[in-house]
Amino acid sequence: MSPDPKTPVKIDALSGVPTTGHDWDGIKELNTPLPRWWVIIFVGTIVWSIFYVIAYPAIPLHSSFTKGVLGWSSRGAVGKDIAALRATRGPMTAALAKASLQAIEKDPGLLEFARAQGKAAFADNCAPCHGAGGGGGKGYPNLNDDIWIWGGALDAIFATISHGIRSGDPQGHDSAMPAFGRDGVLSKAEISNVADYVHTLSGQPAEQGASVASGAKLFAEDCAPCHGVKGAGNQELGAPNLTAHGSLYGSDKEMIVQTLTNGRGGVMPAWSGRLDLATLKALTVYVHTLGGGQ
Amino acid sequence: MNQAASALNRFRGGEIGAIGLLAAFALLSVDIALHAYTTAYAFHWWIFAAASAGAIYMIYDRSATRPLALPPRMIDGRPNYNFAPVKFAAIAAIFWGIAGFAVGLYIALELAFPALNLDIPWIGFGRLRPLHTSAVIFAFGGNVLLASSFYIVQRTCRARLAGDLAPWLVVLGYNLFIVIAGTGYLLGITQGKEYAEPEWYADLWLTIVWVVYLLVFVATLLRREEPHIYVANWFFLAFILTIAMLHVVNNAAIPVSLYSSKSYVVWSGVQDAMVQWWYGHNAVGFFLTAGFLGIMYYFIPKRADRPIYSYRLSVIHFWSLIFLYIWAGPHHLHYTALPDWAQTLGMVFSVMLWMPSWGGMINGLMTLSGAWDKLRTDPVLRMLVVSVAFYGMSTFEGPVMSVKSVNSLSHYTDWTIGHVHSGAMGWVGYVSFGALYCLVPWLWNRSRLYSLRLVNWHFWISTIGIVLYITSMWVAGILQGLMWRAYTSRGFLEYSFIETVEAMHVFYMIRAIGGGLFLAGALIMAWNLYKTIVSPETSPLPSAAPSLAAAE
Repeated sequence: MSPDPKTPVKIDALSGVPTTGHDWDGIKELNTPLPRWWVIIFVGTIVWSIFYVIAYPAIPLHSSFTKGVLGWSSRGAVGKDIAALRATRGPMTAALAKASLQAIEKDPGLLEFARAQGKAAFADNCAPCHGAGGGGGKGYPNLNDDIWIWGGALDAIFATISHGIRSGDPQGHDSAMPAFGRDGVLSKAEISNVADYVHTLSGQPAEQGASVASGAKLFAEDCAPCHGVKGAGNQELGAPNLTAHGSLYGSDKEMIVQTLTNGRGGVMPAWSGRLDLATLKALTVYVHTLGGGQ
Repeated sequence: MNQAASALNRFRGGEIGAIGLLAAFALLSVDIALHAYTTAYAFHWWIFAAASAGAIYMIYDRSATRPLALPPRMIDGRPNYNFAPVKFAAIAAIFWGIAGFAVGLYIALELAFPALNLDIPWIGFGRLRPLHTSAVIFAFGGNVLLASSFYIVQRTCRARLAGDLAPWLVVLGYNLFIVIAGTGYLLGITQGKEYAEPEWYADLWLTIVWVVYLLVFVATLLRREEPHIYVANWFFLAFILTIAMLHVVNNAAIPVSLYSSKSYVVWSGVQDAMVQWWYGHNAVGFFLTAGFLGIMYYFIPKRADRPIYSYRLSVIHFWSLIFLYIWAGPHHLHYTALPDWAQTLGMVFSVMLWMPSWGGMINGLMTLSGAWDKLRTDPVLRMLVVSVAFYGMSTFEGPVMSVKSVNSLSHYTDWTIGHVHSGAMGWVGYVSFGALYCLVPWLWNRSRLYSLRLVNWHFWISTIGIVLYITSMWVAGILQGLMWRAYTSRGFLEYSFIETVEAMHVFYMIRAIGGGLFLAGALIMAWNLYKTIVSPETSPLPSAAPSLAAAE
């Protein structure tokens, strides 16, 4: 815009630069030229952009787009990354898939690799329930201790991981703790007595006024078939050992009453369809060597 | 018949039309409220009905005391400015600002201590997060823009704001939209588009309000007494026009029923993602950048009492900013299903945007040349200038983050959150605070602010808050990005996701402290401005000559 003839151009005393002659509510404007460095960088980014557009996929055409002289594509780049990763892991993964679980644990090189792969796979797939370190939580078994519900030997762990628990997989573990209260098998008073008895099984003192004797009698009738006469559990049926400390859902009486009343049936997914054989084996070895493997 | 005629005599033609429209809208609102599928949706239409009835009452009530003739545009050769809607928007901005910052602080604490959601669905992160973003961007920022654009367009055109009821429809209608949007989030009404969460009926209402805003603004420009249009008004006009276009296109949706809040957006798949980020990025570009540059272009030269550094730069950087910004949206979708060519274009337009953005910074900072000493004595000017410095920093960081190799590290991490907040708190926040500190004494005819020392406290407390916020988010974001991509030498991921979340905890606490300080500063401002308004003044200055507050 050329200066307005009606508003004479004045020179700003402080900067020595002429104003445009306009005045808006007391605001004037200097007619300073564009800063040279600003123009140079601006033009520089435009020139750089032109080169970039020539080098990379950029211009949409009727049914396609310019591919760029470098031939780069994001799909191609991901493909390369995945291929490189496969090459890094490849030989060891193949060895893992071939070897038996027992052989993996005996071979120090395979064992180290399996534990490395198992750790990563555990973090991605198992940690949300079992915790980053396998410490478990309420309803999610601790994998560091030597208490096992469905068995802690290599093959048992592999079976559990592959087919899950109450997962719908026909080969998975399927039995569940019945709801003795909800289904009317035991009365509230009877459940209370059984809970008192179970409470003492893990070596905890009985509560005051607890009728441990009648609880023991009911236990022998209703619970012993799965959990065993002494409550030591049965891994074939997934019946937890009740004499061990640190139960899956907590050891206080209130929790035992809840379990007896409503039953329990937590679910572990079957992983055989989602993870490949090498990963399943690596996970098995990783969990087995966490602390309590049998 | 005579009685009816005399009852109508007290109203202007426009008022009768407005009452008719409002009455029809109230009836429609009641009908929808009575037939609504959900209580939450009915609640919203009861609000619309009450607002329409309230507006009719206000028009009726006003008619008892005002003269029948429209107010003159000029009195004794001086413009008869209409500042009442400006005052309303200024106070609304302060209120929404405090509310928005407080919600932000609460969700920052929720991220550090998730139990704070108290298992109440209304205050879970998923609902409070859009409440926070909408409250600070649209409620706080929007009211600052309404107040300052309506103030600046009048003063730089030497013309009274166009319209009698229309400016009120804009400010009250806009705040009604805010109430509908905000309560909707809490009740779980959302269309799930970031920064465009309100459902179809709130969007339609905002469209009406926004078109009236555009008409009022353009009509005021057309009755200007100055030969040329001041640069601030170019930016405001670009902001109003572009937001209208973005809003309508991104929110194009088909409601399930008039009686349901649910709608389906007409775009689908990757096209929907592209439209969404074309909108989302330009909400930043035209709402938070162009609009607030308009504010900067008025208050900095006014407060520094110096001419704008370069008229030529303002022309070039205005047009290049407007042209380039609108293409940069795809950089939000790097490494997604968006075709490679669109990602490339989004990136190169973002890089070219660097200097056009900096043109505004140069014009803001260099306007101070010859007046730098005022920074020592005037904390309001210091706030305005630091806002421009933050603007320069985040408009450099933005192009850097849009580069694909940088973005592959920064995307989805807290670095983005840090980047957004250096712009939001540093640039938008500070330029708004500076504008409010100038506007309130000018609007209420006070010769000075209640206390410049409190402005100083506000400045330093919130500056420390911003620095804590953005540095903690930089560290958190880069750490997060590096942890996500870390591979062991055997070719396996080094960290589980939850380990990266755990690593964030300390930075989330530092961020919450930063946000707390920023809120504390804003509360000091609210108190200071309140005292400025209510403190009696011995010699009020004439409204036509706003004076600078005396330096301490």
